[in-house]
Amino acid sequence: MNFFDKLMKIDRRIIFLFVAAAVILPFFLSIHQKILISPEVQGLYDAFESLPPGSKVMISYDYDPASAPELQPMAVAAMKYCFAKGLKVIILGLWPQGSIQANMAIESALEDSMVKEKNPQYGKDWVNLGYMSGNELVIQRMGTDIPVTFPRDYQGNPVEDLPLMQGIKNFSNVDFIFNLSAGYPGTQEWVQFAADRFHAKLGAGNTAVQAPGMYPYLRAGQLVGLLGGMKGASEFEKLTDFEGKGTKFMLSQSFAHSIIIIFIIIGNLAYFISRGVKKK
Amino acid sequence: MRREIPLILTATVGIVYIISFFIPHRPFGSVETLFSDWILIIAAFAIWLGALNLLRVSADKIYRKKKDWFYALVTILSFFLIAIIGFFFSRGSHFQDVGTSFDYLYRNVYNPLSATMFAILAFFVASASYRAFRARSWEATLLLLAAFFVMLGRVPIGDMISGFLPENIRLSEVATFIMNIPQSAGQRAIMIGIGLGIISTALRLILGIERTYLGGD
Amino acid sequence: MRIVRAMSKRNKRINWNLVLLLFIFSLFILSPAFAQEDTLPPSPPTDVMAKDTPNDAGGSITITWKKSADDGAGKNNVTGYLIYRSEEGDRGYKEIGQVAKGSKEFTDGNTKDKINYYYKIKAVNKSGLFSFSEPSPPATSKAQWFSSGRKNTLIAALILGGLILYFISQARAGKELFIRKIAGLDAVDDAVGRATEMGKKILYIPGTQDMDNVQTIAGVTILSRVAKITAEYETPLEVPVSRSLVMVTCREVVKEAYASAGRPDAFKENMVHYLTDDQFGYAAGVDGLILREKPATIFYQGAFYAESLIMAETGNSIGAIQIAGTAMPAQIPFFFASCDYTLIGEELFAASAYLSKEPKLLGSLKGQDIGKAIILLMLTAGILFITTGLWRGFDSLFIVQ
Repeated sequence: MNFFDKLMKIDRRIIFLFVAAAVILPFFLSIHQKILISPEVQGLYDAFESLPPGSKVMISYDYDPASAPELQPMAVAAMKYCFAKGLKVIILGLWPQGSIQANMAIESALEDSMVKEKNPQYGKDWVNLGYMSGNELVIQRMGTDIPVTFPRDYQGNPVEDLPLMQGIKNFSNVDFIFNLSAGYPGTQEWVQFAADRFHAKLGAGNTAVQAPGMYPYLRAGQLVGLLGGMKGASEFEKLTDFEGKGTKFMLSQSFAHSIIIIFIIIGNLAYFISRGVKKK
Repeated sequence: MRREIPLILTATVGIVYIISFFIPHRPFGSVETLFSDWILIIAAFAIWLGALNLLRVSADKIYRKKKDWFYALVTILSFFLIAIIGFFFSRGSHFQDVGTSFDYLYRNVYNPLSATMFAILAFFVASASYRAFRARSWEATLLLLAAFFVMLGRVPIGDMISGFLPENIRLSEVATFIMNIPQSAGQRAIMIGIGLGIISTALRLILGIERTYLGGD
Repeated sequence: MRIVRAMSKRNKRINWNLVLLLFIFSLFILSPAFAQEDTLPPSPPTDVMAKDTPNDAGGSITITWKKSADDGAGKNNVTGYLIYRSEEGDRGYKEIGQVAKGSKEFTDGNTKDKINYYYKIKAVNKSGLFSFSEPSPPATSKAQWFSSGRKNTLIAALILGGLILYFISQARAGKELFIRKIAGLDAVDDAVGRATEMGKKILYIPGTQDMDNVQTIAGVTILSRVAKITAEYETPLEVPVSRSLVMVTCREVVKEAYASAGRPDAFKENMVHYLTDDQFGYAAGVDGLILREKPATIFYQGAFYAESLIMAETGNSIGAIQIAGTAMPAQIPFFFASCDYTLIGEELFAASAYLSKEPKLLGSLKGQDIGKAIILLMLTAGILFITTGLWRGFDSLFIVQ
């Protein structure tokens, strides 16, 4: 076995080491990357921008801690933007961990100085309806009657006692829906049941793996905008002026992608050279 | 009758479900919601089956001191630790509130463990890409090029490298084109095939032609 | 004279002050803060129409209107619309909802059937000033017996169902039906044989979703075939599952497979066991099994999400033969990169027919294929008609409500 054959069958742990280095090294560097805004992220931001203060935004947290590195920066930026602009937020989760992730996002948002100035209050500026089992059926039922679907918030308070929920009957009383999704139930179900059936205005944030599957909905206009993975999060943070972990960790992602490309090039070079050597 | 009753049930529920898609009038319109509620209730009770099985299998491993029985012990201890803390030491129904013991375990144990497992994907994508993206044939070369453009185009470094090119052929624009056009087309084609496969399988199940899921031929 | 001159000078001073005052006053009049438009209400919405929401179970009326002339233009910029409802028409209007500016539609999902309802739309501007539209004509909600927006789905379902049933009857009548080779399924016997020779077990993963997912049913169907082979070869089989109902079903299926292979004694209940519902907890559990037990063959057949690559790469690292099959488009590339054989999309649903070679099942595959050919024809026709402009409305035939 010549050197190039060995190179093609390199121990995967060596690759893992390089990837680890590529991810960790940027923590100690302060390289500023230029972040260009893609049309799908711009579309989502424009949808948020068009909402006047006092508009009701529903944010559905459909993910768990595993997807938090990609989706939590989107959630935090969205919460900060909503609070700073005076938008009213109705939170819910179709995944059990969703409402807990929402609480964590709100905690981060409330630490921001611009948000502190506005001093958002629970019940008036945001509510957390908690988790409801039922997957897409929950969305279907909300299209008819939100208070019946969620009679209490995540703390057990009756929904009719919450000032923000006064006058909220179904999706026609909600000005915009933003879904953060890592799988099922997620954006696909929101498109099928909220956007298609009830004509709700819908935007989404997905993990990088899932985002490509949502492009058909974006092109059909069923989604007004889409954030894909950490890049989408960093672009959204840039547009909302709330820089956070999405931007901070993009350098690690850039390095990691570059390392993978370099290894692919090395693998192909080794393949062609090895083939040439064997032919001789 | 052991096989006939499930087949009749499957056929009845399947046909009623299909009809309810086309007839919104009562009682058909509410069938979907009703059946889905029943599935949820059954699945919720069935969780106990799984949990008890997990405990039984793990306890058996520990009792017989099978290979790597220690991991089974960790499983059982973790199971009871979270359950007891969640039920009895986390303010009852407010167990999800910030500051409870359950919340502490969620943020400091469950959260990092889940994120770590997902993060393993970064390493595995690298090793799988290194092995799979070889230009062995014309199609493999196309796959390789697509991966190259999309991977670099989806991070800012791609635009840094290709900044000297006209805007509409920079790496990020090429990546966007690949995602919007050929990738979307391929996904839709696969989804059409999958949709047809699902219809065919569902029809076979409803008509009782496919019975393997009941056990036996 | 001096006095006159002094008075005239004073008069001049007074005049300039007056001019200055008038100038300052006119500035106030013309400034936006005091513009006359600010005290005017916005133009009302017009053409308010209400009708029964189509294709529903009743209890819903859809209201449409033409936006206020001051919505998005004009100085009385509308900030939103409030919807009012009455059962009398001339009085008794109550607010039932609100929508943002730019909206032209609202669905009232809280009506009682057979009762006449009247609607008015109130346009509001940022100063809180408003104007009401004229009331709509009366509208009544009712349930429909057929969802007309789905008639094209019904036609497609009848055509496809008809084709499948036709070819099943053809197959039952003894007609030979050709089916192309699927490498992944041809390799099942060899994969089980390899595990038997090496004296190692087979790991079978029937997806991570529940029994309500058709892919899981397809995975369980293939498990039945694989279990029968492992029973015949006396190869150990382990099936870790992620859902309790799947565990119960798989257990029955494997037990029956062993019984039909004449080896009911070889079946052990612990062959099929539950790990966890949690996605990455399950992946961690399966990875642990793979690294500890080192199975010779691993099957992944069903619905998977992000855990697919974690499990497949771990299996690849121990040198196991891996045969995967899924209808999740996002996971197919991962299986392709890490497994020896991958069933793509509908090949997973064809597996049962392929492995059993039963005429009824093969007939359904043929019907499926003809259905796909019809779809391809429609796609080609659509590209032709819309690109050339021969029939621009062709795509509207396929809209489903």
